[in-house]
Amino acid sequence: MTADEVRKVARLARLDLGPDEVERMTADLGAILAHMAELDAVDVAGVEPTFHAVPLDAPLREDRVAPSLDRERALAAAPRVEAGAFAVPKVLEADS
Amino acid sequence: MTRPGEDAVGGVIDVAEAVRGGARSALEVAEACIAGIRAGDPALHSFLYVDEEGALAAAAAVDAARAAGEALGPLAGVPIGVKDNLCTAGVPTTCASKILEGYRPPYDAHVIERLRDAGAVIVGKTNLDEFAMGSSNENSAFGPVHNPWALDRAPGGSSGGSAAAVAGRLVSAALGSDTGGSVRQPGAFCGVTAIKPTYGRVSRYGLIAFASSLDQVGPLARSVRDCARLLEVLSGYDPRDATSAVRPVGQYERACERDVRKLRVGVVRDELEQVQDPDVRARVDDAIAALESAGADVVEVTLPTARYGLSMYYLIAPAEASSNLARFDGMRYGLRVAGADLTATYERTRAAGFGPEVKRRIMLGTYALSAGYYDAFYLKAQKVRTLLRRDFAAAFARCDVVLSPTTPTPAFKLGDKSGDPLQMYLADIFTLPAALAGLPAISTPAGLSAAGLPVGVQLTAPAFEEERLFTASRAVEDALWRDAPAPAFAAPRGDRSAVSSAAGAPSR
Repeated sequence: MTADEVRKVARLARLDLGPDEVERMTADLGAILAHMAELDAVDVAGVEPTFHAVPLDAPLREDRVAPSLDRERALAAAPRVEAGAFAVPKVLEADS
Repeated sequence: MTRPGEDAVGGVIDVAEAVRGGARSALEVAEACIAGIRAGDPALHSFLYVDEEGALAAAAAVDAARAAGEALGPLAGVPIGVKDNLCTAGVPTTCASKILEGYRPPYDAHVIERLRDAGAVIVGKTNLDEFAMGSSNENSAFGPVHNPWALDRAPGGSSGGSAAAVAGRLVSAALGSDTGGSVRQPGAFCGVTAIKPTYGRVSRYGLIAFASSLDQVGPLARSVRDCARLLEVLSGYDPRDATSAVRPVGQYERACERDVRKLRVGVVRDELEQVQDPDVRARVDDAIAALESAGADVVEVTLPTARYGLSMYYLIAPAEASSNLARFDGMRYGLRVAGADLTATYERTRAAGFGPEVKRRIMLGTYALSAGYYDAFYLKAQKVRTLLRRDFAAAFARCDVVLSPTTPTPAFKLGDKSGDPLQMYLADIFTLPAALAGLPAISTPAGLSAAGLPVGVQLTAPAFEEERLFTASRAVEDALWRDAPAPAFAAPRGDRSAVSSAAGAPSR
């Protein structure tokens, strides 16, 4: 694990890491991933992955309108609200 | 006046029966509980928020229902603390993170509804490792919890506040959540019983997600019977959680009264032989002997893939966490730190809002899922997980429950492992396999170490066989923890607790 890889992953994860954090993270992730290399020794040829450990029942519900959160309560914790909606920074640039 | 460590409250069944029979009013119990938290929690810092108003109102409603001749629920008047990653309508829910500081959810988690319907009195929100990521509670953004058995020691994590509050006799019981051991490990460190149910047994609706294929809500209580009563209330199908199981709930309280004769207890001999700590070895041997003398048959089993639990878990759980925690972007709730553009706003918000361990896991998970590494890390771990499930299936062909230590050592000192993430992760090695396999597992105290710290023994059962866990752990409790000793923790160590600030906001 290199500092450049850490910076690349941080961009993917939308985390603004400072130089000290990058250094620490490079060392920590390197040590953790080195430990995980033990999995290389396990033969998993022909083994299916387990994404869920317990088989799911997942019954279908009736497709019917039910009450949900009203707008006021849904917006109550938002950092900024305008005109009954979440106010967020500009997503598209004016020119694009 | 209540002294720290004094039991002004009582256990779950004791309180429920006293309130039902009229020996105590729910209001009187709630007032005693809050006074006890004010006296005891400055030493423990187990609570992030105490909802005095809500608790007294809930207690008064129980008393009014009784006066009106209505039937009371199985938890009528029982004061309960709730881990602060469970949504409580209108009551702060922070996950011990700055990114959710001051957040008040608009709805209750399913388990909160269940508690309320059963007559429980929710007294407040307990401290945890940030977003339930940690094994010592030192990752709380609002300061660590102290173990009531020795205030310089960790209570375990991530449900450390819940475990310390129950052990310190501040509440009758508490709810936690367990992703890789987060109710069982603190349960062991604090000398209380804690169960992680089968994946799907308890709805995750309103539990703020960490790793969705592993997370389960579980109770922590002073006794196995108390724990059983709580789990019976919490369990059952909920259409709002797509992974919720459509299966009848077991009779857990009744299972506590069964004897263990002919129960086959599996022991993994080579795993036990690798335990370095003499106290853990001795208490586990005591538990095996106790079960044997109560009539259980001890058989040897093997779980060869369990040794890879840590590597599997710390790929799978962070991968799922990196996805789940993407929702904390400063747009709809929580902290927002403005940047030059949208991406900079995301990056600055998340950099300021998340603590070091949460960032580490998001990074690890993002890496494990990223192009070029997915097959080598994430997919590989999920395949090894299949081998682990096969190991358990083979073991359960030979035994009814598997017994192991809950933790490799009793509670370690605060600060001992906080500089080395890998050392901290190793505190979970015995609790990770059941989590990865989705199996129910319980930790119950099996006595004290030479230094006077509790030691937990873990029992694991096949999916949806929680009843066996209650039967077997009752036998361990009966032999080794009959009097349920309580810690006598000393006077407050300063102004640290939620109860000491007038607004009830987390202390910094």
